[in-house]
Amino acid sequence: MTAAGPATDHRADLEARADALLAAHDPATTERQAFLDARYDAGLAWVHVPEGHGGLGLPRALQPVVDDRLGAAGAPDNDPRRNGIGLGMAAPTILAFGTPAQQERLLRPLWTGREIWCQLFSEPGAGSDLAAVATRAVPDPSSGSGGSADRWRVSGQKVWTSSAHLADRALLLARTDPDAPKHRGLTYFALDMRQPGVEVRPLRQLTGEAEFNEVFLTDAVVEDADRLGDVGAGWQVANATLMSERVAIGSGAAREAGMLGVVADAWRTAPSGHRTADAHQRLLRLWVESEALRTTGMRLAQKLAAGAPGPEGSAMKLGFARLAQQLSSLEVELRGDDGLRYDDWTLRRPDQVDMTGRDTGYRYLRAKGNSIEGGTSEVLRNIIAERVLGLPSEHRVDKDVAWKDLPR
Amino acid sequence: MSATTGAGADLALLPDDVEDDLRATLDRALAARCTPARVAAAYDGDDSLAGELWTALVDLGLPALLVPEEHGGAGAGAREAAAVLDVLARHAAPVPYLSSAVVATTALGALGTGELLGRLAGGEVAALLVPATVHRADDVAPLALHDDGTVSGAVRSVVGVAGGVPAGVLLVPVAGADGAALVAVRPGDPGVDVTPVVSLDMTTPLADVRLDRAPATLLPGDARAAVSAGLAAGAALGASALAGTATWALTTTVAYLQQRRQFGRVVGGYQALKHRLADLYAEVEQATATARYAAAALAADDPDLAVATAVAQSWCSEVAVHATEEAVQLHGGLGMTWEHPCHLHLKRARAGALVLGSPAAHRDDLTTLVDLPPPHPDQGGSPSWT
Repeated sequence: MTAAGPATDHRADLEARADALLAAHDPATTERQAFLDARYDAGLAWVHVPEGHGGLGLPRALQPVVDDRLGAAGAPDNDPRRNGIGLGMAAPTILAFGTPAQQERLLRPLWTGREIWCQLFSEPGAGSDLAAVATRAVPDPSSGSGGSADRWRVSGQKVWTSSAHLADRALLLARTDPDAPKHRGLTYFALDMRQPGVEVRPLRQLTGEAEFNEVFLTDAVVEDADRLGDVGAGWQVANATLMSERVAIGSGAAREAGMLGVVADAWRTAPSGHRTADAHQRLLRLWVESEALRTTGMRLAQKLAAGAPGPEGSAMKLGFARLAQQLSSLEVELRGDDGLRYDDWTLRRPDQVDMTGRDTGYRYLRAKGNSIEGGTSEVLRNIIAERVLGLPSEHRVDKDVAWKDLPR
Repeated sequence: MSATTGAGADLALLPDDVEDDLRATLDRALAARCTPARVAAAYDGDDSLAGELWTALVDLGLPALLVPEEHGGAGAGAREAAAVLDVLARHAAPVPYLSSAVVATTALGALGTGELLGRLAGGEVAALLVPATVHRADDVAPLALHDDGTVSGAVRSVVGVAGGVPAGVLLVPVAGADGAALVAVRPGDPGVDVTPVVSLDMTTPLADVRLDRAPATLLPGDARAAVSAGLAAGAALGASALAGTATWALTTTVAYLQQRRQFGRVVGGYQALKHRLADLYAEVEQATATARYAAAALAADDPDLAVATAVAQSWCSEVAVHATEEAVQLHGGLGMTWEHPCHLHLKRARAGALVLGSPAAHRDDLTTLVDLPPPHPDQGGSPSWT
């Protein structure tokens, strides 16, 4: 049921552009960054992005045409897993809220991987209630003239920051007006992580490793030119970022990708003594549910090809977390006495997180975070109930009170 | 391993303009006639609504959707038929669309039986004479074909034979001296006994059928392939009916809880209920996706059809039951009344989940389809005490 006509034309056009890129920059002899820059200039980095910023303004669904063509020719890619937050969250935010100058400056190093991004949102006192962030950004009086500062000074503590120890830049949500109600006093910045006012400490989690960090900001500097959106409009910008995150977390791709594939293979290879009728029934149920979620993701992606992510993506993330937890728990059982073992409790700091990597025990423990990170399942249910189903909002006591007067 | 990783990646899962128009037209036609009170009347012996609705469907040309054009049909796709089933379900419409316009029509189409197909396109109703819960041709027990061409045997709980729109022709799988075949039997002929039974879901009326040397017309062609195709299409598209029932239950319940007040506040504002409805929304969205995927796979004759059907049937069946059970519970006392339509949909869901295979039967299909073999308790592999 593939649409014929325009999509076919785009396909042929993209293949021709990819071939032209390969002809002008032979991957065998071109240095990696130079090739990535040339690909960006050719509009083949991310085809759904507007021309001039690495794209061609085409449907997102056409990206695989380019990726497949270049991959088959042995061209280097931008190693997207290294910069998941940059590509999945920072880029859509910059595209939606950045000025032309910011897009010009930030998007190229982001896509090519020269600059790795992290996200400074959550705080010890602002988890599900993200709008309660207490990290302050204050205009630096020594900068600027005529009452408007060219520079801000940021102080506070952020937590649950993945990649902070590798990152060059951060998406930062900070409070700029404590006298305003909490949702209205926030501003959104792109912070330079490579400066003295930024201290990153590993945060060890229940798996034994430290995949996340705590980030302490002490008079860290951020230029006003790196502000995304208006002063006081940080909440709207942050929401757009979070929607992108939930879609990124929630959407799978191939059948038996992810946790289902691991557990299905565990079933196929398990000693027969571990394969019980009850476990088989549970596996079949989870296989069906995984496939139901996969087709829902396909349908959502077809909707997204036309527009921006909406709150429907929250249901994907909800289902993904539930499935990952049930599947990984079933796997522990299927492994029998191997399920009693754990590979390594040593504190380490992985560069990349693979939820289906390492061993059975790790997968089981890591999946516990799936219903907490990127919006707890409880908050997602509120979002679905209120924004999709139109049910009444939770009773709020903090909406119209100045942030500084809220009980803490 | 048959679990292909890129399965069905290019199947379109969103409605196009043609489907949107079809849905709107049918919805209008049903809204005017198919009121809950008239649907419920079938439980009290008045099934006159079914005939009126079937006439309306025939006027819209809907029984012809899956009939090839050369036999007087619309030559439209499975996706359109799925949309019809979805909308019919949302109105709990008591018409034999799935059993006649999908299962029987597809079986006849596989045989290429032109004259009969032309009559079905024009609105005549046919039924495949197999138990309602069967979804695999291998599970069909053929009736006896005698040397004189007559047929004998009994089949219990058949859908689409009796009721307000009784079948004009029965397609009967038989086995005789020359092997398996499909024959056509007319319900009014001598030796044909159709006994309507009181059904859990009276919008899908059942009958027990007994044939005693009934006259039959041989339908040439591969009978097993025809029965298999009919049942496969029925299971693939039946999921859309179940998804439609689930969608009705969710939207009706949400609308009720948005206006129902207790303790001085809107009941839908209680977080315990909001979270239940959010979970139900996720289930119903997934049901819609699996049903559309199965319909698209059937329409495109995609190799993933069997997996798509097993997933859609098992998922949509359970979600339809869950959604309608939640609808009854969350409507409180109202949900238990005869006046409120909740019970009509609850009965459709509970019975519909079994029609064309239970969820467990469809999950069982996956053991071979995607290579998840059941355990073999006799394969110990280690030394035994005895």
